[in-house]
Amino acid sequence: MNVELREINKTFGVVHANVGINMKISAGTIQGILGENGAGKSTLMKVLSGYIRADSGEIFLDGKSVTIHTPADAIKQGVGMLHQDPLDFPPMRIIENFILGRAGGLLPGQSAAMKDFNRLAKQFGFSLDPEAYVDSLTVGERQQLEILRLIWLGARVLIFDEPTTGISATQKVNLFVALRLLAKQGMTILFVSHKLEDVEGLCDQVAVVRQGHLVGETKPPYKTKELVEMMFGKEISLGRRIPGCLGEIELSLRDVAVEDYRLHISDVNLDVCKGEVIGLAGMEGSGQSLFLRAVSGMVRTVGGHVIINDQDLTGHDYHIFKQHGVSFLPAARLEEGLVSGLNLTEHVILAEEAKGFFINWNQGRELTQERISEFNIHGTPANTVESLSGGNQQRALLALMRDPLNLLLLEHPSRGLDIESTIYIWSKLKERCKLGTSILFVSSDLEEILQYSDRVMVFFSGKVTSPLDASLLTTEKLGELIGGMGWPELTATGKRA
Amino acid sequence: MKKNIWLNFGFQFVAIIFALIFTTVILLIAGAPPFQAYISVIKGTISSMNDIANVMGAWAPLLLTTAGVLITFAAGLWNIGIEGQVVMGAIFTTGTLRLLQNSTLSSGLILVLGFLAGMVGGALWASLAGALKTFGNVNEIFGGLGLNFVATAVTIYLIFGPWKRPGIASLSGTLLFPNNLWLPTVSGTEFSPWALGLGLLVILIVYFLLRGTYFGLRLKAVGKNIRSAFLLGVPTWQYMMFSFILCGACAGLAGAVQVTSVYHRLIPSISSGYGFLGLLVAMLINYQAIWAAPIALFYAALNIGGIQLPILLKLDSSLSGVLQGVLVLFVMLVEGARQRLFRKR
Repeated sequence: MNVELREINKTFGVVHANVGINMKISAGTIQGILGENGAGKSTLMKVLSGYIRADSGEIFLDGKSVTIHTPADAIKQGVGMLHQDPLDFPPMRIIENFILGRAGGLLPGQSAAMKDFNRLAKQFGFSLDPEAYVDSLTVGERQQLEILRLIWLGARVLIFDEPTTGISATQKVNLFVALRLLAKQGMTILFVSHKLEDVEGLCDQVAVVRQGHLVGETKPPYKTKELVEMMFGKEISLGRRIPGCLGEIELSLRDVAVEDYRLHISDVNLDVCKGEVIGLAGMEGSGQSLFLRAVSGMVRTVGGHVIINDQDLTGHDYHIFKQHGVSFLPAARLEEGLVSGLNLTEHVILAEEAKGFFINWNQGRELTQERISEFNIHGTPANTVESLSGGNQQRALLALMRDPLNLLLLEHPSRGLDIESTIYIWSKLKERCKLGTSILFVSSDLEEILQYSDRVMVFFSGKVTSPLDASLLTTEKLGELIGGMGWPELTATGKRA
Repeated sequence: MKKNIWLNFGFQFVAIIFALIFTTVILLIAGAPPFQAYISVIKGTISSMNDIANVMGAWAPLLLTTAGVLITFAAGLWNIGIEGQVVMGAIFTTGTLRLLQNSTLSSGLILVLGFLAGMVGGALWASLAGALKTFGNVNEIFGGLGLNFVATAVTIYLIFGPWKRPGIASLSGTLLFPNNLWLPTVSGTEFSPWALGLGLLVILIVYFLLRGTYFGLRLKAVGKNIRSAFLLGVPTWQYMMFSFILCGACAGLAGAVQVTSVYHRLIPSISSGYGFLGLLVAMLINYQAIWAAPIALFYAALNIGGIQLPILLKLDSSLSGVLQGVLVLFVMLVEGARQRLFRKR
């Protein structure tokens, strides 16, 4: 289906998210939409898929002007969108999710749907068990389910919003294969991303959005430098690696074991020295997050000892860990880290040690203003956290860290952030390291792991490598390990080499 | 900004009009003259000193229950059990007064002890709902509802059992307390300046507690997002328990006021529904403590004004209840409509 957008405008308050955007995409094309966070690319896609109504502008499908006011309108016209966070119902079965959202009919007609499901799944080479529950799926598999569902509903235009966030390298390969297949069948694919590598590797043409404007369109061969310049208006490069270890031991794990309902990890031994950064790599759900939470006291260990600053904290809860200078920053910022409805000042005051019974609001606001400038947060002390963009929320979370900090545990510190924000946040984190803070972090971005870690531990279905020197690893090697290859030559778990 | 405030008032006004229209329709269906009904409600509140005093008398316990539920609402909890907490406060106060009425203690001291016992009673009952919620994973709405029935049953048991009147047990309640154990009231009325002073003091304390203290801020954080609050270092389940206990203490005070300044004994419906009415007031003011006093006064006036209806127009006095409930519904409805209208999608 040919898609054309004409003069799309959208404002949110004072922010002009889309400024007269024109775009033409012909059927069978994989169109990349590139831009940093807050550039307006998601807004544009939400306009096309009916989640947001544009202030002005027109949408043409196959040359015909269409009115799209709701997602239901969109799918009726053949436009479907896969959101960054899958919009499915985890406690329900795959087939139930598949049928949901289809218009009409009192009786769902499950057997016919099942046949269609299996046929479509086979066509795209997805192996999904329709009877399985969605909460047992990985993010990648949930995407597959959503793709099948939208195609079944008659989508001819598929929009993918940051689909490679939070999925493994192998899943990414599978996704790209499926996308190319879809395009070959005449589907129009819109691929929204801020990851240059993904866009370059996949898209037939790329449009770059910056500050609400469409600033340029290019075709292969792509020049990375040119794309970066279009995205940011200037050239950017990652910082140089600086080795972290400052000598003394901060965190010791002795024969630590953790488990949840499907994983058991045992006999993890690790010594982390002050200022050192340990990256925890692995496919989503391989146990690295569980492990990180166990080290923070959020999850009980089932064996072994967690020793922080020579104090055995095994079995204590997070608040005791916190008193010993441990801080845990979750990936789901608005769900677990920040409180929607409270403003930045209230967050800063909550995070600080209470002084007396009454709050000194003036002092709190001043302190917040200091943090805002120190962490470069785009907002005011009176801004509620949910009104901030993802990158600013992450910076706000960092701005809430207490001083001094012995051990910082981060889940996906750069998830959903653009390169510039990522670099900024890591520069802040490395400042902490110089002051003696040790960091453990989980990430599905291999380059982030290699760039910022001193040592790396790889998780694969309940197994853990001994800490590997990051400077001796390559993306390829790491990718193999994450996928479960090349393990025998390593000792699974074990003491420091 | 200024324009916004007027706009909000405009919306509130529309809600009130809708509520009046709706109530008028109900009256017409019931075959009653609406205009006269409204006049009699208004007359019932201001036509005599006695009426005004009665309104003041109803204001005090309502302020206390409103103050209580503002605390639990801040923590994101629906303390439906507040009725039972009022009742339990009344039971504890009655028990204390009964125990001490023949002692040599001064009546002032007995009353103070009675009020303290009321607080403890309400707090204990609330902590039961809180414990069910935090340790038993029982939703506070269900737990509170169950405990309300239990509290009422306990009252009936006491009135017909251990605390029955000599000779004949009766639904009219336990034996009246001697005059010296009545909270001093304006002569011949149910209005006790002491009770009202207590109510206003408590609502003021709650206002400052929620607005200006670490306690209040943490409570709000727990109410808005318990997982984030925990990560920010708030001891979450303890704060939930605190909010139940504080709310229960306020409710217990309301029960104590009912016993010492209104009924001077324990009766089966000792709470007069002020617990639920407090929930309504809190919802109507959108959980902003600053509006609690005037709106609670308005609701107290509606309650008292409705008393005249059966005599004058042969209407049930629950008309006020209809208006009170409908008002909350329409204010919330209009607020929802406003948000929908002005939401930036």
